[in-house]
Amino acid sequence: MFTLSFRRDFRVPDVVSSALRPLPLLPLEIFLQQLASNIVTRHPDILTRIGRTDLLRFGIDPTDVPFAIEIELRDGVVGVHLRRELDEQSQHARISGTLAALMRLVDGEADGDALFFSREIVVTGDIAAVLALRNAVDAAEIGILREAAALIGLWISEPGRLLRGMLTDEPRRERRAQDERFRQ
Amino acid sequence: MQSTTLTLGPVLFNWPADRWRDFYFRIADEAPVDHVCIGEVVCSKRQVFFAEVLPQVIERLERGGKEVLLSSLALPTLKRETRHDAELLNGRHMVEVNDVSLLPSVAGRPHAIGPFVNIYNEGTLAFLASRGARLVALPPELPRSSIEAIASALPDVTVEVWAFGRTPLAISARCYHARVHGHSKDSCQFVCDRDADGMTVETLDHEPFLAVNGVQTLSYAFCNLLKEANDLVDTGVSSLRLSPHTCDMVAVAQLFRAVLDGQRDADEAFALSHDACPSATFANGFVHGAAGALYV
Amino acid sequence: MTSSAANDLELICPAGTPPALRVAVDAGAHAVYCGFQDETNARNFPGLNFSRADMAAAIDYAHQRNCKVFIAVNTFPRAGDAALWRRAIDDAAALGADAVILADIGLLAYAAERQPDLRLHLSVQAAASSPEAIRFYTDTFGVKRVVLPRVLSVAEIADINAAVACETEVFVFGGLCVMEEGRCSLSSYVTGRSPNMHGVCSPPSHVSYHEADGSFVSRLGNFTINRIPARQPAAYPTLCKGAFRAGGTVGQVFEDAVSLDASKLLPALSRAGVKALKIEGRQRSRAYTRAVVGAFRAALDAMANNTEIPLGILLQLSEGQSATHGAYVKTWR
Repeated sequence: MFTLSFRRDFRVPDVVSSALRPLPLLPLEIFLQQLASNIVTRHPDILTRIGRTDLLRFGIDPTDVPFAIEIELRDGVVGVHLRRELDEQSQHARISGTLAALMRLVDGEADGDALFFSREIVVTGDIAAVLALRNAVDAAEIGILREAAALIGLWISEPGRLLRGMLTDEPRRERRAQDERFRQ
Repeated sequence: MQSTTLTLGPVLFNWPADRWRDFYFRIADEAPVDHVCIGEVVCSKRQVFFAEVLPQVIERLERGGKEVLLSSLALPTLKRETRHDAELLNGRHMVEVNDVSLLPSVAGRPHAIGPFVNIYNEGTLAFLASRGARLVALPPELPRSSIEAIASALPDVTVEVWAFGRTPLAISARCYHARVHGHSKDSCQFVCDRDADGMTVETLDHEPFLAVNGVQTLSYAFCNLLKEANDLVDTGVSSLRLSPHTCDMVAVAQLFRAVLDGQRDADEAFALSHDACPSATFANGFVHGAAGALYV
Repeated sequence: MTSSAANDLELICPAGTPPALRVAVDAGAHAVYCGFQDETNARNFPGLNFSRADMAAAIDYAHQRNCKVFIAVNTFPRAGDAALWRRAIDDAAALGADAVILADIGLLAYAAERQPDLRLHLSVQAAASSPEAIRFYTDTFGVKRVVLPRVLSVAEIADINAAVACETEVFVFGGLCVMEEGRCSLSSYVTGRSPNMHGVCSPPSHVSYHEADGSFVSRLGNFTINRIPARQPAAYPTLCKGAFRAGGTVGQVFEDAVSLDASKLLPALSRAGVKALKIEGRQRSRAYTRAVVGAFRAALDAMANNTEIPLGILLQLSEGQSATHGAYVKTWR
């Protein structure tokens, strides 16, 4: 098994961040949507542990990249949207920190409380929802870079699917069903 | 049916001996309470202050027709402290147990249990009652539903509810009075005597919040269950506990008695309790299952 | 002498989730403590704890690696509704837990009667702080081990061990209760939810954070608990660690935002006769568990081998990023 993880003090360099700014968000959004759906499919425990069926919308704001991620949970379905900026009113809770800090948190490499004490991450809004998410993600033992690498591998072998995903507006559930078929 | 009794809990604060004695003399002569618990519960270092006047106070209370109970310490850790508590059993008075350490010594003889021993359910009360607990003060944070379940399960035990006064919320090894005044607990200079009803703790926004009494932390708000009193009786509660403060405790006891006896309307009594304790903010949240700081 | 005593010291480690349990076992825990997914245990936080199936697998994993599992059923059963708590005890026994950690007298009586083969530990929530209190639990219910409240000095712990027949367990790292555990209603005074009844203290459902005038403001319920200037370490708004005004001063009236770290006191605690060292933090992550359990296991191994104990590596995991010896040192009072 290979491991991939961010260094603790990693920050996306400003020049990279600036270079990312003019790029369209849609391809990345599709990629992240796929990644999130894969993770939830592979770790159904995450949703069970969060234990809430009402709509929950989290704003994840990596402070060193020029976009933010909105994650929506409802009835066991996860939705991902990229935003140039988070509109504070539309999420139940917001988590911000460097991309590395957030990734290390997801991967169980860093302790959420320790990142909070040192103010490397900042949380606002529904703190119970944030803790439920954090605990559920920690319990799922996700390797986010590994999952991403696997997905990239899949995409490269399926360029047609990549294009289809970018150019069409298939309902999310259908895409999830396709995922299942591709995996088999 | 036996009427609901009133218990005056022990003075929790560090009062000078004169004030302490005069307070109980007036209670003995004027307050319509049935049981009076006396003794130091919070800090054993204070015990010497009123030891000398204790016999006169007991005598006067008994002459006034009150049943006197001796309260034990809530957090005895030193040998001298557990020994002191054990000696309470040598007298003829019923002892109010405030820590589990005294349970082995009272087993098999009638005793009371104070609000510092955790009785959260009828299973625990049944066990303690089988060993001789007769008068039992429930933890002040219990909601009405729990009070009812406990009281109705054991009708032979006198179940008591915290009904008036700042609510004890926590006890610690650390003395916060000493800490705030820059002393250590061992050389505290008895700075807790400056705050006869506890030292107000405010939030950074200047909102009154808690009250510190040495190693004890109490609510800033005074619990006041005058409006709930008769409903509590319906749940099976047979005693209400009033906790001493510097305000007019005789008037407070009279108001509770009048409400329990149906001689005064609860709303009216509640309004009058503001006159008896003009500086107090009242709360009743715990019994309603809400935050204890609220008045619901 | 230290060497043989250290060999006997057990390291008791927290697990809020099955992966955290596996991490703790792999990092060298002698025993792991955990709870079911409900209000029967004192870390009833969202996203945490074990289903019955989780617990069965966890016990299996631990036992295969020679590690014990203690199940905490350490809240006080709701009056008129003790079934949930009783079922937790019966299930713990059926699942093969090595001990249950209990606080409520009624529940202890139930366990002693219905599950006579189940080993009983007394939770810190029972606040047994004197030999007399401890003997009540050992003599009445056959309790085999008592977790001592965090109000005692090392000397007092030694006195207790000399006076009681059962084992004692003490906290050596993690969140520090300033008040005596199991006798604190500060949380329910502010939120209506308490450690004793609901298994939560200063629950996240009542927490809010915001920025104001460049400060990080934390609130619990309707009360401001702290304002922390920019760049200073943050703290969760646990009531007893907030900043308040009292007696003409402004500051942390009860306790600073610190965690307990007794790693320097391990030899003294060993000499005081304690049997087991407990790490707090079932609500913390796998990363925390891995780091803290690993560090303490290394310290115990160093003690057993009479080599120097490695210290001070855990500060960044501590609340406010600073540590205290708590009540173990008498001047704390």
